[in-house]
Amino acid sequence: MNKTELIDSLKEIIKPYIQDEAAFQNLTEDTKFIDDLKINSANLVDIVLDVEDKFDIHIEDDAMENMLTVKGAMDIITDKIGAK
Amino acid sequence: MSKRVVITGLGVAAPNGVGLADFEAAIKAGKSGIRHFEELKNMNFSCCIGGIPEVSDELKLKYLTPLQLRNFTSSGILYACMSGIDAWHDAGLSFAEDEPHWDSGCIFGTGISGVEKMREATYKLDEGKVKRLGSTSVAQTMSSGVSAYLGGIIGLGNQVTTNSSACATGTEAILLAYERIRAGLATRMIAGSSGEHGPYIWGGFDAMRVMTYKHNNSPTEGSRPLSSTASGFVPGSGGGALVLESLESALERGAPVYAEVLGGAVNSGGQRLGGTMTAPNSTAVQRCIKSAVENANIQADDIDLINGHLTATIKDPVEIENWSVALGRKGEDFPYIHSLKSMIGHCLSGAGAIESVAAVLGLKNEFIFPNTNCDDLHPEISSLIAPEKVPTKLIETKEVNVVAKASFGFGDVNACVIFKKF
Repeated sequence: MNKTELIDSLKEIIKPYIQDEAAFQNLTEDTKFIDDLKINSANLVDIVLDVEDKFDIHIEDDAMENMLTVKGAMDIITDKIGAK
Repeated sequence: MSKRVVITGLGVAAPNGVGLADFEAAIKAGKSGIRHFEELKNMNFSCCIGGIPEVSDELKLKYLTPLQLRNFTSSGILYACMSGIDAWHDAGLSFAEDEPHWDSGCIFGTGISGVEKMREATYKLDEGKVKRLGSTSVAQTMSSGVSAYLGGIIGLGNQVTTNSSACATGTEAILLAYERIRAGLATRMIAGSSGEHGPYIWGGFDAMRVMTYKHNNSPTEGSRPLSSTASGFVPGSGGGALVLESLESALERGAPVYAEVLGGAVNSGGQRLGGTMTAPNSTAVQRCIKSAVENANIQADDIDLINGHLTATIKDPVEIENWSVALGRKGEDFPYIHSLKSMIGHCLSGAGAIESVAAVLGLKNEFIFPNTNCDDLHPEISSLIAPEKVPTKLIETKEVNVVAKASFGFGDVNACVIFKKF
């Protein structure tokens, strides 16, 4: 999966949780989930579950702590898929 | 001086009508909301009928966002939001922007929240998948989920809490909200209650053999309060809400008033003198009714209509006797009495609020909804009160000024509220 495909998959997953449509439309690798997309911090665990389902991976608590930006999420997903 | 308290908004999601207009039309017409459910039959329930409000996915989106509805299975919270938001808008009020409505709160009761969610969570937990529970397991299963969702959507900044007293919950919520406004601690409160639907709520009652098993093929005739052929209650579900407000606030903002809450009483039989976990102590019921009359500062003779608890178990004649003794009225002198449960079943923790919405609508719009399934009045009841006091047809009348609404619940708890035409 190339970078663009990965970002598209990720956008699909986080879409239901975002509270700032403009920031979502202009999403880049640096976009922050809570600060920019205004995602409720409680929903981060739901995003983790959805990511696990989508990519058939398992994300541990410490990895989850780094999942605060689009780039952070992409790194974890790439890492986990590579380790499979 | 204590504040006078009036009702300025109503909302309801009931098995025979969702939304005020449909509900009012249904209760006037004696429309049943009781249906047969194959799911209950397949799960070996004795009673395979029940009442569930008909709510489309499209309608849900009028109250909750797609995000809130993600993995959302708590029907009691849904009914709380639907009835509470409707009542709020009906009172001419809007959601808070940034600043909460500091003087408005809610006391919204339930017996239990999110049993479906809890079941789902239990399976995951037992499989060792605790992290798969997601973010809303707590919010959907905490008892106060009903008031928490509602308070957050509207932006309530006064007390936001949930009371729980089994089938007396809704009536008790109204009295708790009334007391708070009366004491000057809040300007307006949403008072209400809801009850969830489905086998995981109703199963325990089926096991107790308190629900009827005789009407699986005739669901609309199953709930028979006051009837000689009453054979147990029919389970229902839904939610009801009333916006209670200080009279001065209602007048100040020119809000139309449905009725005044004159007062009421709650008590318990202490599971003594014949009272148990599941059966009411008659002495306590009578004391509750008498205290309510006293607290409302009226005479027993002022009551024109009783909106009873009357569940369609063998205890209905005992309830009539308790009203008769407490009010000192019998025969022709007894007030009119009816039970909404004949149409919607027993909505459990939601019952008190849904039935109070019906009581207040009747007061305001001058009608007495009919008792259905009651053409064969129980002989023990007709020996106490004149049969015409149990109307089986709609009565349109301007003569009803004061309504007493009571609810009694497991734990031997009682609540009685008095509404007056405004």
